[in-house]
Amino acid sequence: MSQRQVLQVFEQYQKARTGFVQTVAELASRPQNIETLQNAGVMSLLRPLLLDIVPTIQQTAALALGRLANYNDDLAEAVVKGDILPQLVYSLAEQNRFYKKAAAFVLRAVAKHSPQLAQSVVDCGALDALVICLEEFDPGVKESAAWALGYIARHNAELAQAVVDAGAVPLLVLCIQEPELSLKRIAASALSDICKHSPELAQTVVDAGAIAHLAQMILNPDAKLKRQVFSALSQISKHSVDLAEMVVEAEIFPAVLTCLKDPDEYVKKNVATLIREIAKHTPELAQLIVNAGGVAAVVDYVGESKGNIRLPGIMMLGYIGRHTPEHAKAVAVANVLPKLLQCYLRADASEDLQTKSKKALKNILQKCVHLPALEPLLHDAPPNILKHVVGQFSKVLPHDSKARRLFVTSAGLKKIQEIKAEPGSALAEYINTINNCYPEEIVKYYSPGYSDTLLERVEQYQPSK
Amino acid sequence: MAAMVRLLEETDPIVEEVYRRKNEAEEARQLEYLSTVKIQAWYRGEKTRAYMSHLNKCALIIQRHWRGYLGRGLTRILVKNSVMIMKINFYNKKATYIQKMWRGYYVRKYVFNYYSRKRYLEALQIKNEIVRSELEEYAEMQEQERRRKAEKVEKERREVLARRNHYLISTEVIPGVFNSPFLPYPTDTEYLLRSVKPLLHEKKKKTDKPFDPTCRSYDLPKPKLLPPLPTKPQGPFREPEDVQNQRYKPFQPSLRVATSFTSLEEARKQMKNEEWVTRLNDNVFEPFSRRDSRYEPLLHTRSEYGHLPYGFRYFREEFPDRRVTQQSFKTLVPSIPIFDKLNDTYSQGQVF
Repeated sequence: MSQRQVLQVFEQYQKARTGFVQTVAELASRPQNIETLQNAGVMSLLRPLLLDIVPTIQQTAALALGRLANYNDDLAEAVVKGDILPQLVYSLAEQNRFYKKAAAFVLRAVAKHSPQLAQSVVDCGALDALVICLEEFDPGVKESAAWALGYIARHNAELAQAVVDAGAVPLLVLCIQEPELSLKRIAASALSDICKHSPELAQTVVDAGAIAHLAQMILNPDAKLKRQVFSALSQISKHSVDLAEMVVEAEIFPAVLTCLKDPDEYVKKNVATLIREIAKHTPELAQLIVNAGGVAAVVDYVGESKGNIRLPGIMMLGYIGRHTPEHAKAVAVANVLPKLLQCYLRADASEDLQTKSKKALKNILQKCVHLPALEPLLHDAPPNILKHVVGQFSKVLPHDSKARRLFVTSAGLKKIQEIKAEPGSALAEYINTINNCYPEEIVKYYSPGYSDTLLERVEQYQPSK
Repeated sequence: MAAMVRLLEETDPIVEEVYRRKNEAEEARQLEYLSTVKIQAWYRGEKTRAYMSHLNKCALIIQRHWRGYLGRGLTRILVKNSVMIMKINFYNKKATYIQKMWRGYYVRKYVFNYYSRKRYLEALQIKNEIVRSELEEYAEMQEQERRRKAEKVEKERREVLARRNHYLISTEVIPGVFNSPFLPYPTDTEYLLRSVKPLLHEKKKKTDKPFDPTCRSYDLPKPKLLPPLPTKPQGPFREPEDVQNQRYKPFQPSLRVATSFTSLEEARKQMKNEEWVTRLNDNVFEPFSRRDSRYEPLLHTRSEYGHLPYGFRYFREEFPDRRVTQQSFKTLVPSIPIFDKLNDTYSQGQVF
């Protein structure tokens, strides 16, 4: 045979390999094919192709493996058991950027399923290699590496600590400053996953100067980026007062309130979560939020959104109202109580929502002495909330004559008489206290059935001559 | 003598009487002695008792006076103390009153000021409303932006579609689909079709990079050699006369340079000369407000012998014979360095 024919055999083989690996990669992108592929033993076939001479085949094989491992954790386990990870990690340091992207994709796909798999990824020494990838020029490589690190750090605090020990945090902060949107998103999400476990980790991230850059991205028009940024900021601020203060010092208020009107509902939810985490620590922080007009914005948000999304908003109002009577008054002044009541009473509200709104209502009511805000609640509230409302009235009315007058003219006294309370319960006591503030005739006038008794008296009256 | 005998006869009874009286007295002597002693004792006792009681009375008087004196002193002290206590209580009450007023004021003003809290809450309400309205505006603005963008995208999509389906346009003879002859005027799509340019499909250009199975050339593009520069000079060029005019432009000095140093004095001199020539009235200036009094000029400046040596100019000691020259000091304007520089580069009109 001539030399050309010999070479033709090799060319055919190479074309076959390329075709195979590309088709497998395409098939693996659709979930329905993956079962079939698994049964056909695709793992054992793809393994040697990872060591192929031709770089395209290596890359496509890695891509196919990544897609397979992405699908479910059995396949990811198979990837780990097949000893593929050390090879990938080794070649992460050597090869070109397409291969690095594909290898980082495989690592990410394996690490995302469970902490044990993520631990096995870390044990192969993947962290150092991924951190080296973060220093590359190509933004796609950085994105895959940051994504993989984020998925590893997501599971628990030890893994997050391992990621931080590998020195990833300063590089992630650098990645946030890059111009590519997708890279920013992924880096913000990775930082958020690192911060959420413990205060020390959050402090490490803050020491790397992340807050300033995250705060700069608040007004970016991209919705997904904003989601991640707010999630990262709220994970940082939830741990301690100092961290929350540092987040606030980055001058996010009142710019953050404009994001409460974003069309994307997850952005709104994350903003409400951030405000909640800041408000819950000290009265001064809550005061700051109230002074910036945050309460009105959150109340509008709670009124407009549906379902569980508004949970953080409700919790935030509860936290603010709980600190001091001043705050409760400030919250009540923003016309929040009817909305909270509505949330509590909605038939389709989940239990979590109901409990949280009830708690928030209680917290605010216990400190609220601003009567005009309490009036509407008298008319609509269910009995257990009504008890608190009436309690508050009974505290204020004995001392303030103007309030008493207002109470009568706004039909509050009438409503009180109509409440049926068991004698001896707290509610009955409160009602008694309120009735004692007024002269008897007025109380009688408003009590139900008084007009009937009057009419009876008219019937029985004998006019004297 | 008879009296003597009788007396001698009576002497025996007298002696017996005497002895009897003496014996009686002797017998009664003890008794009498005892009773005398008793009486004397009683009397002495009475005397002493009277004296004792007298002494007691005197001592009582003295003691009474002393005790009264002591008691009065004590009462005085007690009274003084109680007066002081009363006074202190009074002042305490007044001080408490002041403190009460001050504490109430302080607490009401600095610790918890009801009115400032009320104002704060009202301001908070206003602020909330402002925030709400601003957020509404912002949301509306965003909404409008998005709508505008969506409209733009939609418009472009329709345009691209029209460009692709340009063949559906109607001609003079055959009315197209969108230009029905039964309608009074064509539809919007017809106008759109008429306004756009038909889309030409791009021919796929042959790339000079064939598929490389070893993927070795996919990393970085190699820099290509740039083409060599042409050697002929680049035109267009100006006319030689223009260039000459520009190069040999005459020097146009600024106004500052053109004025002489003594222009001020010359102008003054000229003004004086004009005044001297055109003056008609030689009368001394008479003030119009004080017509009754004549103007009294200064002695120093106006005397029969001329200006006396008094005045600003004469205050300084000058030794003109000690000077180097007799000319007075004249200030010079500092030279402008850029003019000096440029003056050299300006040509003097030589032609090379």
